[in-house]
Amino acid sequence: MKITIDGHTIEVEPGTTILQAARMIGGASVPPTMCYYSKLKDCGGKCRCCLVEVTKGSERDPRPMPKLQPSCVTGAQDGMEVLSGNSQRVLDARKAVTEFLLINHPLDCPVCDQAGECNLQDLAMTNKDFKSRFKEQKVTTPSEDIGPYISLNKNRCILCYRCVKLAEQLTPNRVHGVLYRGDHAEISAYIHNAIDSDFSGNMIDVCPVGALTDRTFRFQSRVWFTKKFNAHRDCPHCSGKVVLWTFGNDVLRVTARKDEFSEVEEFICNECRFDHKKKEDWVVEGPHKFGKNSVLNINNNALAAPKEVEIQTEKLTLEGRDVDRKKISMKDVPMAHLEEKK
Amino acid sequence: MGKKILTEKINIPGIREYDVYRQNGGYKSVEKALKEMTPEQLVESVKASGLRGRGGAGFPVGMKWSFIDKKSGKPRHLLVNADESEPGTFKDRYLMEFIPHLLIEGAIVSSFALEANLSYIYIRGEYMFVFKILEKAIKEAYANGWLGKNILGTGYNLDLYVHCGAGAYICGEETAQIESLEGKRGNPRIKPPFPAVSGLWNEPTVVNNVESIASIPWITLNGGEEYAKIGIGRSTGTKLISASGHIKNPGVYEIEMGMTVDEFMNSDEYLGGMIDDRPLKALIPGGSSVQILPPQYIFKTANGDDRLMSYESWSDGGPVTGSSLGSGGFIVYNDTACIVRNTWNLSRFYHHESCGQCSPCREGTGWMEKILYRIEHGQGTEEDVDLLWDIQANIEGNTICPLGDAAAWPVAAAIRHFREEFEYHIRFPEKIKNRNHFREEPMEKVRQLLVK
Ligand SMILES: Cc1cc2nc3c(=O)[nH]c(=O)nc-3n(C[C@H](O)[C@H](O)[C@H](O)COP(=O)(O)O)c2cc1C
Ligand code: SF4
Ligand code: SF4
Ligand code: SF4
Ligand code: FES
Repeated sequence: MKITIDGHTIEVEPGTTILQAARMIGGASVPPTMCYYSKLKDCGGKCRCCLVEVTKGSERDPRPMPKLQPSCVTGAQDGMEVLSGNSQRVLDARKAVTEFLLINHPLDCPVCDQAGECNLQDLAMTNKDFKSRFKEQKVTTPSEDIGPYISLNKNRCILCYRCVKLAEQLTPNRVHGVLYRGDHAEISAYIHNAIDSDFSGNMIDVCPVGALTDRTFRFQSRVWFTKKFNAHRDCPHCSGKVVLWTFGNDVLRVTARKDEFSEVEEFICNECRFDHKKKEDWVVEGPHKFGKNSVLNINNNALAAPKEVEIQTEKLTLEGRDVDRKKISMKDVPMAHLEEKK
Repeated sequence: MGKKILTEKINIPGIREYDVYRQNGGYKSVEKALKEMTPEQLVESVKASGLRGRGGAGFPVGMKWSFIDKKSGKPRHLLVNADESEPGTFKDRYLMEFIPHLLIEGAIVSSFALEANLSYIYIRGEYMFVFKILEKAIKEAYANGWLGKNILGTGYNLDLYVHCGAGAYICGEETAQIESLEGKRGNPRIKPPFPAVSGLWNEPTVVNNVESIASIPWITLNGGEEYAKIGIGRSTGTKLISASGHIKNPGVYEIEMGMTVDEFMNSDEYLGGMIDDRPLKALIPGGSSVQILPPQYIFKTANGDDRLMSYESWSDGGPVTGSSLGSGGFIVYNDTACIVRNTWNLSRFYHHESCGQCSPCREGTGWMEKILYRIEHGQGTEEDVDLLWDIQANIEGNTICPLGDAAAWPVAAAIRHFREEFEYHIRFPEKIKNRNHFREEPMEKVRQLLVK
């Protein structure tokens, strides 16, 4: 089967979606995704970020589709022609969706643990040339305690349903879901059930925003200040392949590894994620690389395996930096000059 | 008097009871269908009738039936959509409340045509009293051998249940209804696959409106061709119209398709003209989801033809100067009505009823409502009207289910046809504080204020 996206033609298997085909092509043709997740079944079609324009339905039925189609749930047809990054109509629609996602979003990136690895931030940055037109009061929802490992901030939730699908497909019992309707819909563990099962921690990784974050990592560091290493351990429950987010000798956080579309490669168990916060527990493979433009690379230049780094925070704070000490002591400022001014 | 198909017997005393219904020719179509016809013949006859779905979209019923997947050998289902939650629409209730056996009769014949052995009626939770009427009627039908095992000794089995919704408009959308019936949250599914291939419990399912199904007994007894003779063009048969608003005789009417709007509005047999003889200001012809029209496009289309009560005529002119027959919720406004307030009210409804799955509808409906609230309450700004226009355009066509469109269209049409009223609200917040502002100062008098 042949499908052409933004002028690039590729050969795909029947059953491939437009989005998957676009990802094979890569570059500016890849639509942004906020709800689709290739590792979860029936996940997608909700956020409408991945809209594309189908200019030719298929070889058999060449009519164009009048509406923009969500590429993540629309199957490729033989001879289909699609515009993604090359269509102003598509870009406008995606921008509109971005605006919709942001109007009730708290935008508290400065205090949000997801900042730096947030899909919504990325989406907003690709559509940055607009000012908010939203003057109304935002919808807010109080947070809820869902156990010791995961922190839920409902205001940041974009209702992508990824965590719901994950809980359905990976954990024995789904104890959380979506309550209410419309813009008051919220993720909730009904009657405040703690979400606690062997694989529940993966919800943190699939959440595209900072609605679900790791409670054991909460406010410990900005993600770009940490060094990230691929590591593994022999785990009886999962593949044990993880990323360690470290600062000095401390493992601040353990997550699954993500691919270039910021999707988890292999889900990991809660034991790996929450109970092994010591470097000795892991075989470190080397630095973890992120996409070219990710801020997360900033602190990741060391290519060698980690050396023991001694952090002398307190000592340095007390002594201060050399240049500052000199500046503050103002030894070069002639007193006479000051007196003259009086 | 026009031809009556659905409401012909509705005024017979006691018709709600099985015995009276049967004595008046009830369940004859089941006898004919099961004993004399094959499912294929039934589908053909409904195809020939040209009957179009009465739930709003007007999709030909026979065609939908012929799509149902019979090859896979999976069990098939008929789901009768009695959710009727569209503001302005109250026709299905009338049928179910007063002549419940007609729907059951239609459901049996339709299920037989689809070769379904397990069918459901999904009724909105607010119709609890109608639910009880249906339950009783179904019991009577079981007791008299019209439902259950080996109906009329033909070997055909059918179980029919009524299921009560819990008060969500979105559960009227066919796939949301299926989810709800399965016991899940009523979120519309992403199509394809369509219910005819994978519906209830992933089995082939046909969803049809109450009125569509209630038309089936007559079509079965008299033949599809006879039905197709009634009406006009591709709008065949009769249609129930539920009329409300500023008219002399509100209520449910059965009309032959093709009647002029003028006759329907003004003749004494039907709506009897405007209440207090005040002037007509606007009309919503097919339930709150369709475009509101100003007087110049109500009785005549944009190119001067008579506007008729038919699918084609109402949509003549597209969204710009036309509207849609929709579900037949006919809402009439006179000059005292405030279009801004009305639009806000409709927006509030869609905001409340959006299921919240897809971002444009979830966020957009709330946003529009908040802006309209501000305009109506004297806090609008000049940019608001254009902003509203942008928001509705960004929702329309970009959502999972048509509720997004249904929320966008009324706003678009109100701005298109009544923009000056929005501007008046924004520029003269003091005047519109008085809820009777249009009664005391009609638009004609204040229009010149808007010219800067
Ligand atoms: C938001 C929404 C609400 C709907 N509500 C109803 C309803 O209350 N009753 C109904 O019969 N159809 C309703 N529909 C239409 C159904 O999805 C479906 O098209 C219809 O039941 C099919 O029956 P028909 O072909 O006989 O019209 C609704 C559709 C949408 C998108
Ligand atoms: S979820 Fe993303 S966009 Fe939202 S506050 Fe957190 S970092 Fe910012
Ligand atoms: S909590 Fe996160 S993963 Fe779950 S629906 Fe909200 S945004 Fe999606
Ligand atoms: S359009 Fe609205 S009601 Fe329909 S699926 Fe999307 S959010 Fe739900
Ligand atoms: S990624 Fe396709 S709709 Fe969300």
